[in-house]
Parts: sequence; C-alpha cells; structure tokens
Amino acid sequence: MSEFRRPGRGLVDYDSPVKFSFDGKTYDGFEGDTVASALLASGVHLMGRSFKYHRPRGPVGAGSEEPNALITVTRGKGRMTPNLRATTMEIYAGKETASQNRYPGLGFDAGAFNNVFSAFFPAGFYNKTFMWPKSFWDKVYEPFIRKMAGLGPAPTEVDPDNYGSVYATCDVLIVGSGPAGLAAALAASKKDQDVILVDENPQLGGSLISSPEVTIDGLSAADWRAKTLKTLEKSGNVRLMPRTTAIGYYHDNFVALAERHTDHLPMVEPGRIRETLHRIRAGEVILAQGAIERPLVFDGNDRPGVMLASAAQTYLNIYGVAVGKELVVFTSHDSAYNAAFELAGANVRIASIIDARREVHAHLIEEAERRGIDVHIGMVVSGTKGKKRISEVEIYESVHNDRKRIKCDALLMCGGWTPSLHLWSHSKGSIKWDSQTGVYLPDKANENCVCIGASNGDFGVKAALDAGSKAGGGRKTYKTEEPDFGVGEVFDHLPSYKKSSKTKAFVDFQNDVTDKDIKLAVREGFHSIEHVKRYTTNGMATDQGKTSNLNALEIASKALGKDAPQVGLTTFRPPYTPTTFGALCGYRTDDLFEVTRKTAIDPWAEGQGAVFEPVGVWRRAWYFPQDGEDMHAAVARECKVTRDSLGIFDASTLGKIEVVGPDASKFMNLMYTNPWSKLGVGACRYGLMLGENGYIYDDGVVGRIAEDRFHVTTTTGGAPRVYRHMEDYLQTEFPELDVWLTSTTEQWSVIALNGPNARKLIAPFVEGIDLSPEAFPHMAVREGSIFGIPTRLFRVSFSGELGFEINIPSHFGLAVWKALFEAGQEYNITPYGTETMHVLRAEKGFIIVGQDTDGTVTPQDAGMNWIVSKKKKDFVGKRSLQRSDLVAEGRKQLIGLLTDDPKVVLEEGAQIVADPNQPIPMDMLGHVTSSYWSESLGKSVAMALVKDGFNLMGQTLHIPMAGGVVHKATVVKPVFYDPNGERLNVL
Amino acid sequence: MMLIHCPYCDEKRPEIEFAYAGEAHIARPDAAEQQEMSDAQWSEFLFIRDNKRGEHCERWWHANGCNMFFNAVRNTVTDKFVKTYKMGQKRPSASQISKWNEGGNV
Repeated sequence: MSEFRRPGRGLVDYDSPVKFSFDGKTYDGFEGDTVASALLASGVHLMGRSFKYHRPRGPVGAGSEEPNALITVTRGKGRMTPNLRATTMEIYAGKETASQNRYPGLGFDAGAFNNVFSAFFPAGFYNKTFMWPKSFWDKVYEPFIRKMAGLGPAPTEVDPDNYGSVYATCDVLIVGSGPAGLAAALAASKKDQDVILVDENPQLGGSLISSPEVTIDGLSAADWRAKTLKTLEKSGNVRLMPRTTAIGYYHDNFVALAERHTDHLPMVEPGRIRETLHRIRAGEVILAQGAIERPLVFDGNDRPGVMLASAAQTYLNIYGVAVGKELVVFTSHDSAYNAAFELAGANVRIASIIDARREVHAHLIEEAERRGIDVHIGMVVSGTKGKKRISEVEIYESVHNDRKRIKCDALLMCGGWTPSLHLWSHSKGSIKWDSQTGVYLPDKANENCVCIGASNGDFGVKAALDAGSKAGGGRKTYKTEEPDFGVGEVFDHLPSYKKSSKTKAFVDFQNDVTDKDIKLAVREGFHSIEHVKRYTTNGMATDQGKTSNLNALEIASKALGKDAPQVGLTTFRPPYTPTTFGALCGYRTDDLFEVTRKTAIDPWAEGQGAVFEPVGVWRRAWYFPQDGEDMHAAVARECKVTRDSLGIFDASTLGKIEVVGPDASKFMNLMYTNPWSKLGVGACRYGLMLGENGYIYDDGVVGRIAEDRFHVTTTTGGAPRVYRHMEDYLQTEFPELDVWLTSTTEQWSVIALNGPNARKLIAPFVEGIDLSPEAFPHMAVREGSIFGIPTRLFRVSFSGELGFEINIPSHFGLAVWKALFEAGQEYNITPYGTETMHVLRAEKGFIIVGQDTDGTVTPQDAGMNWIVSKKKKDFVGKRSLQRSDLVAEGRKQLIGLLTDDPKVVLEEGAQIVADPNQPIPMDMLGHVTSSYWSESLGKSVAMALVKDGFNLMGQTLHIPMAGGVVHKATVVKPVFYDPNGERLNVL
Repeated sequence: MMLIHCPYCDEKRPEIEFAYAGEAHIARPDAAEQQEMSDAQWSEFLFIRDNKRGEHCERWWHANGCNMFFNAVRNTVTDKFVKTYKMGQKRPSASQISKWNEGGNV
C-alpha cells in the first residue's frame, strides 16, 4: 500500500481496490475514493494547469468548492464531460480521466510562457490589448485566446444519456447533512411531516465524518452519524438524497435539486437515467450548507501541495490519505491547530505551524509543543518553492525582518471560515456584516426559510446540533465533547519584504486573479465590487468564487479605504455548482425539445414528399417537389397549374376565433378599422386590425354566420396574440359588451381550392348550398355539407383565382382532402405549399402582416386607406392615426418594384437607394419586403417599403448588393396580375 | 417560480400559467375624450409608464387557466405579490397597501 495511505481511517473500502487512468497512466485507489484522493495517495498533487498563466496546480480543497483540479472524464462514446472537479469525482474500475488546458503535457506545458510574461497580462488585459486592429480579432486574437486560455474541450457528440425530471412537494426541505442538517431531520421526522434531506456528497454526515475527536451524547461522531441515519431511514417520512445538489433557490420555496445517479458506477445498463432534476416546492426550507475555509493570499500560494487545512483533514478522515509526509501549516485561525494535531495523530510529521497572528491561545501552543511541533507566532509565509509540488517554504517576520526556510512536501493554509450563503442569497434573504469575524451572515429571511449551523456563523458541533433540532421543530439539547472551534483574525494584507512586481499571490485560483489585479482595478477607477469582479474576473469562474470572494472583498476594501460592508458583496446566482445541460433539459430533447404543431392533413403531405417550413409553432408544407424538382421548378409548376386549372392548399393553420353574442358586431366595430354592423348574414369581409398605436396588427377574412356570430380568421403566426388582444379589450375596456370569444383554430381543418375549376370540382359533393355565382358570390360564406360532412364553405380568394375555403371539423380534414384530391385528378389538381401561396398573393399585391409590414406601418402606409372607416366614432387605433407623425409626408410606403432585368429576383431585405454612386454609408430609402419569380408573368415581382414611395411611381431606384452588383428597378403599384379581378368571376 | 393567487379561481397557481400584461389602472379614453386630447396627451397615454421601485399596480392574465385578466400589487424589488384583485376594483391607496403588507398577503 502507498506510503500516503493510512489504513483503518476513512470510509473507503480497503478490500475493493480499483484501477483507473489519469492522463493515460494507470493509478490504484479503493472504492470510495475520488480521483483527487486516489492521486494524492499516489503522491500526485499536480492535476491541472491554470486558466491564464498555465501554472501547475493541485487541489486546494476536497469538495465542490475546488478551484484548481478540473479534469475531463470520459465514459465512452459521446460521454465526455469537461471541467469536473477531481475532488468530487468518485472512481471506478477503468474510469478514464485527463487533465486540461495543457499542451503537450501536464508536466511540460508550452503555454506556461504566459506565466513568464505575466507582467504583460494584468487585469483587463484582453480589453486593453486586443482592441486593435479590429480585423485581427476573428483570425488572430480570438483563436489564440481560445487556445491558450481556457478550460476543457467542449463535447462535440450528441449526449446519448437519459435524464429525468420530477416535480414534487414536501413539508421540510433540508440542504446539507452535517450535524445541523441531521439534527433538523431527526426533529422534523418526529412530527408527521414529509422531509427531504439532500447532500451533494456521496456520504451523508458532512463534517461529522471527519471529526474523530468528537463525541455526541456519549457516542463517537461516527457512531452517532450511523445511528441517526438508520433512524431516519426507518422513519418512513424522511427521504435521504445523497449525491444531490440543491443548485438554486427560487421564489416561494421552489428549490431545484440535481441528483446524480450513475456517474460513480462502472457498469451502467443502457437506458438508465444519469441525472434527475427535482423541482421541489417546500413548505419550509432549512439551509445547513456549512462553511468553506478561506485560503491565505501570499506569494506562491498556488503551488501544488498548498491546500486548505480542512481539505487535508477530509482526505485523512474520509479517504485515509495523508496529503504529504512533512507538512507546514500556515494559519490565522485556531481551527488549523486541530487539523494539525489530527494529522500528527495519524503519523504525519508537522514541521511547523506558522501563525500570522501576534496573539494565540496558550493551550494551543502548549499542545503543539507537547507534540513536538514548532510554532512561529507573528510570522507569515513569504514564498514557496518546488516545481510539480512544493518543496520548501520561506517564512518571514516583518518587525525584525527575520527570514527562514523550511522543507516540506505540503503546506496547509487557513484564513478563517466563510459561511455558505449561496442558497440563502438566491432566496433574496438579506445579509449582515460581522466585523468581529470578518464574514457576512444571514440576516432577514425573504422566504419561509432558516439558515443554521456554520452557514449561520454558529461553529462547532453542539451549536449546529442544537440549532438543527430547533429548526426541525424539536427542543433537544445535545451533549458533546469536541475541541474548541476557536477564533481567528482576518488579514486584508499579509506582510512581505518582496517588491510587489516580483510576487504572485492568488485570490481566485481558477481565473488566475492576483491581489495585484484587484488593486489595479481599484486604481483604474472600479469602485463597486461588482465592477471589480467583472474587470478582474474574480469569482467568475466555474467555482463562482467559493474560496475567493471574501478575500477579494477584503483587498478591494483596503485599496478603497472603506469598510467591507460599504463595498458590498457580489451577487450569488444559481446554479450552486456547474450543472449539465442534460439535467436541465430532462426528457425534453429531440422531438420533445419543442412542440411542433401539425395539421390533420400533415401526414398526407409528408407521404407526398413535401418539403416543410416552420411557420410560428406550426410546420407547414413549403412545396411539393416531383421527380427531383428543385424549389424553383416545383413552385413554378404549382403556380401554373393553379392559375390554369386547380390547386389545393392546406390552410388549416389560419387562426380562427368565434366571436359570439348580442353585442358581437359592436365589438367587431371596435376591434377592426372597417364597419361590421351592416355586413349581412352569409357575407364575408376582409378585416384590418390595428394596435392602439395605429400600426397594422393583423388581418384576415371574417364571415358573418348569424346576426350574433362571426367567424374570424387571423394570420397563422398572429392567432395567439390576436386572441389575447381581443380578450384584453373585451374584459378590461369594453366589459359592458355581451360577447364571448372562443379560439377555434384547432377545431377546423381548412382546405383552400384555387383555380378556374374549383367550383366544378366541389359541385357534385356539396349539399345544402347553391353554388351558382348569383346565389354564392365572391366574399360569401354558407353552411352545408361536403361528402356528407358539415362545412362552413367560404368563397374567398388569396390568389386572385376563383377560390373556396372549405372548413370542416378537424377529424374529417384528412378524409375530405383525400376525397377532393382523388376527384380532382380530372382537373390535374395540384397540391401546393406556402411558397406558391406567397407567390400567388404577391402577384395580386396582397400583403402578409409581419412580412410586408413590420409594426411601424399604418393602413395609409400600406395603401389601404380604403379600409379605414371615416364614420365610426371609435375603434382601436383610430386616435393614433391622427397623430402628426403618422400623417406626415415622406413616411415609408408600400409600393411594387419591377426589375429592369426581368430575370433578376431581388433579395428580400435588400436595401434600396436613389443614387448608387453616393459615398458609403448611403442614404437608404427602404427595403424589399417580398420578392418572387412569377411564372405566370414571366418576370420577377417585388414589394418594398420605400420613403415617400407613392410619389416615386415610375421612377428608377437602385438596389446595391454585396460584391458590387447594383440592380435597377422601377416603382409601380403593387398589383401585378389581373388588376381588375376578372378571374374571380369565372363561371 | 412564483405562486400567484388568481382572484377569480381563488387559488395560488404556478407562475407559468400566467402572463404579465403591463401597468394597471390606465383607462382607455372614450371616443369623445380621445378627440379632445392633444397629441402629447395621447402619446402619454400610449407610451409613458411608471418604472416603479417598490409596490407596483399591474395587470396579469391567467392565460393557461381561467383566461381572466386581473390586477395585482407586486413589489418590484422583492418580486413579492402583495395582493391580487379583480378587474374593475379601484386602485388601492398607499395606506391600503401597507395594511395588506402588514397582514400578510394573499
């Protein structure tokens, strides 16, 4: 067994050895080890290279706070995860892991020259240096920065794993299973309550696992923990969830829990869920997240082998690993003495304890001396040596300028303790500064929530247990024997004899931020801690500054000459630790990622090999290619057959709203620009809807089914907002109107037939409706049946041809479509998609709201003044149409464009200018809104919004394109085909 | 995710059932009033809204629920709903709001 192992200690299973690989080399460990503990047991501290300077780094912590030891884990094809903390990754046989951000290897890294030239890489370096020349950014600077500075590689393959998603409630949610959390669970379990206890670690128990000196009610901490867990398991109302991180705390006690099921297992049967995101609505939340030890900021504090004292305790007590053979401890808090004594008790030589404070309790010094440990009071570590691992520290006393060197192979540091306020702050609980201990503590809760134990500044096992019992609704007081947790002193600056230009003392290890960077930021004028954070990137790495935020605050406060609470604290944001996209998505991947609405006729179109396009949330048939046709050929054919004979089109996605009630026509008068009172039953009218700001909001054909009933249609994409718009006005502005609105979009399938043979096709199958032109004129609606299916039959046209829109209940849509298609064979019936629909309507100059209008177009701008009632006293948007800027001359107006070269189809969105030879930037008059090849006319047609367009009729405008080509076009009225509408009247 | 009390359903329901609908108590002038308003006054009605820090009266729509629009007092700093009430009820006075605040909200 390795010389660093301490058999008999820890929770690892010494009977189950495990081999795994790190950077291609095989290492030994035991079941229960993490990658970090097993590597440390093999004498390896060097586990990664730093973000900016590529400095060699080893683990600083032993848990999720770890900033340095980030690794990539591969679990087979598609299962590569970068940036995982080696300190939390449990090993199993054959696990493949690798270090990051090094080339060609971890031991020798070419990028380390950044470190040599680090004087040139201060805070804000990227902002300052890479600004010029601009053209270098894409090709030189960004690729360079990405290569040299960074984390692990992003996965490139599709994640093959499954993820779960659970919504649940509970009475009490407890976060953290240390003494406070366990005592709270124990108390809550005795009351008839649903309790959930979560902990991010594989083992429940928190600090109790690494407190061998502690007894609780006469039991050792380990025995008390085991007994308590057994009691909770048996209670029946407590759910214990290890390997589960409470990642975020949201409104009204809504807490997200990410549970990891399989990453620690060697063999996972296919289909098993890897992670589950639980969304818990809790009656009460008890936060017992503990505290995180604070590093000390001194030159060379990032060398592999320098770590938190509590981390060394954890490695010893949970994993049975001594982090070195000869240790030096550097502290400003009593708690590190206990760590030193515990390690000494496990046959680890403690060379010296260096205490930055001038005064220390005598009993600690006596105990150290009793154990043969040198204690240096009032001294600091002023430098470290060692390449892949620390080999020596230099200590320094500022008054007498004493210096001394001490050999060691690990340096433990302790700058005090920072209560974990992450979730408390997510919940918007307020915090207060405790000047005595130099930490922020919870103040007032914003939710039904308490923060207890070390995270509330109550250090020590008894304090945590008693607070836990009380929070869980109990009254128990515990008897414990435990070493005094002690007190500490916070230093905003450690003395040094070195020139600051020669030192590198890290505050944020993961983002390579030093104390100098923070001071520089303050000198350069960043006085808010939020600005200092963003300028230096302190606390912005994947660990979110768990070990660095308070040190950064102290340094910034001193540089500003203010007290810490005046400088503030940066905001904690979810997630507490990095969370996989898989867990956040749950099962909503692939087809379930976003719902696609399909019409009843969609399967037929799919069977025909239609090409689809998304329209709003719908997918619609775009065109129907035959025999390898491209889109251009297919659309030309579809247009030609429709104009010559008969086309069939699925218009089911049109929004439909049934407006019903005695005041229905009054309501319609208020919602649309044109009048509705005199529209006869059985007649249709095109309606234009404005927003209150006077701009075109939507349009559609409306049929009057009865005196008190309108069948309103809307654009496909506009249906939800039009319905909301109507409901809003009905409920809040016109509540006196007796009207009911019902969205009927999904109730009707709509089959549009267009072409001279449309009437001939349906005539044999329609019953109850006289189809003759006299009895059923253009813009009329009739109720009857087709193929025996009840229908609302509209005679309308969005193509300029004789047209019908057959509305039938959705579940008959496909059957009626198929029957029409079969019967239509004698007319060469041709299905067409949205592209042909667009061409046909553009040839007629019919607008598409949202394409030819953009939310700043009035009816007048669109050449549609004819539809705005002058007589109605009120309708939504009426007053706005009189606003001076909406009636002003020279607004952008909708016109038609014909290109000089009829074969040129303009690009939609292309900008239009009067003079193409003017200097850039040119004075742009407007842009092309719709543009198509018209097979019927043998030329291209386009519509455009152009400044003062109505006054430019007949003039030539220019459309300059990228690459220097300039198209010429003539301004015309936007009606290109059958301007008098004669084709509607075909018999 | 917040829980919002719908005054029509008289139930607290998850936020995803609701949609925000802008500031409350901005009545639309009737036809006669509209004609008397200057462009500046009309623009004020159309575009100018409070950007309040603290208790704000606003409209919500129970879109994926009972479909009703209702009013609410919400604190824009804490995001807490102080009270929700039916459309047509008067704007609550400052003293009413502080009374609600003391009594715990619905």
